[in-house]
Amino acid sequence: MPARREARLTRDVIDPSEVLRSVANPGSGAVVLFLGTVRDNSKAGSVERIEYEAYEPMAEKRLAEAEREVKRRWPTISGVKIVHRVGGLAVGDVSVAVAVSSPHRAEAFEACRHAIETIKRDVPIWKREKLGDGSEVWVEGVPVGSGARADSRRRAKKGARPASP
Amino acid sequence: MREPMPIRVKVLYFGQAREAAGTKEEEFSLPSASSVRALLTRSAEAHHELRGMHGAMRVALNEEIAGEGDRLSDGDVVAFLPPVAGG
Repeated sequence: MPARREARLTRDVIDPSEVLRSVANPGSGAVVLFLGTVRDNSKAGSVERIEYEAYEPMAEKRLAEAEREVKRRWPTISGVKIVHRVGGLAVGDVSVAVAVSSPHRAEAFEACRHAIETIKRDVPIWKREKLGDGSEVWVEGVPVGSGARADSRRRAKKGARPASP
Repeated sequence: MREPMPIRVKVLYFGQAREAAGTKEEEFSLPSASSVRALLTRSAEAHHELRGMHGAMRVALNEEIAGEGDRLSDGDVVAFLPPVAGG
């Protein structure tokens, strides 16, 4: 199947049923859908909104790579789709959707879990919480590409350690 | 010896780095074949607030994670990436 060129980042509301349709396959006996939603609280306090910011061209590439990696690791999977939202979101809004379809449930759960963990550490996306007291804070993150897979790939390709100024 | 032609490099700042730099993007002129490390030094000289963030920051060169020793070419795009928090 040729790679789809459609965007994985969106400023529009994420429609879970549309995401599910994009992985539908008659040979699938299982579909796992993960939705990340904006929570009304965090370490910083009560949360009213979250502003998501991305390095968009690089984030698109890394999301597409996350989908390809899932297909490589679980070759029986029939479909995988990731959509991540950017811009201003309110409590309860869906910030990310990951759908995986496969013949059986075990690999669909594993692959979906793997994909969301990859998204959290490998994709250049940042979020800023607007708190109930009117203040704003950046959510503490992890150095991009801090996963074991990304590290080994980078070393293999570049022979260099990551820049940490 | 002939003076090497300078190169121009575009720098993009995101998240906390954008706030610390006070800008989303800017251009630096550097000696030919300068390293990523040299660019980081130049940027930190221009924006002192960036110095405190350096430990966990990563750098992308033309949309791929780069090492400090990687060499820059004219027209390269370098992005400063603070710790990420997608999902």
